[in-house]
Amino acid sequence: MTAAEEKPTYQLGTGPGQVLVWFYGVFTVAAASRSIVQMIMDYGKAPLAYTLSALAAVVYGFITYSLVRGGEKARRAALVCCAAELVFVLVVGTWTLADPSAFPDATVWSDYGMGYLFIPVILPVLGMLWLRKAKR
Amino acid sequence: MLDALTFAVAAAALVLAAWCGYAAYRDQPTKDWHFIGMAVVSVLALVQMVIGFVQLGRGERPEQGTAVFVAYLIGAFAAVPAAGVLSLSERTRWGSVTVAAGAVVLAVLEVRLYDIWGG
Repeated sequence: MTAAEEKPTYQLGTGPGQVLVWFYGVFTVAAASRSIVQMIMDYGKAPLAYTLSALAAVVYGFITYSLVRGGEKARRAALVCCAAELVFVLVVGTWTLADPSAFPDATVWSDYGMGYLFIPVILPVLGMLWLRKAKR
Repeated sequence: MLDALTFAVAAAALVLAAWCGYAAYRDQPTKDWHFIGMAVVSVLALVQMVIGFVQLGRGERPEQGTAVFVAYLIGAFAAVPAAGVLSLSERTRWGSVTVAAGAVVLAVLEVRLYDIWGG
């Protein structure tokens, strides 16, 4: 609170940032609803995949919130999450290709996000570029 | 009936995406005419959602599960209005980019809806 009064916090969710807010919002909803529906229907089928989708939803949700909130603290938190997201996409993407038997059903991050037009792998890169630039 | 609407919504969404993309290219925010366009697409998506529910009510079942189908119907209806509200707070070209992105997301959702229903 005091920090906001002392120096004006900058916006992260405006300009190009708004397009990021939109995509992160969409992916939060997509990953969350996907994991919820799948967990309710048949959790035992692919627990690892569904848990990873739920984790994706949490990460996307937090980045969306940080972008909307703005300010230096949120910017740093979002930057860390974008980096983590990129690592997750690359690790899980490689994992799904190397050991498909561990994933009877797909996650958001399967095959580097191919089922989602590779947006899951593009988004964190654009996110980090924007968050670096937004600092000015 | 549902398939025809799915095509109509997808086509309308792509036109809206191109239109708003053009506005962004010309460095313009979304204007009244764009919002009318968004309203048209949203009404089409609403009709699609209602007809989808009616078909479910008549006992027809989508190929890939009712829960997934309902989730996509709701998502398809919400996509363009949500992007439109966002663009209201962004009176620059980036608001237009957001709506264009929203319309593209809707078109993708329609492709998935077609698969889920089993057309």
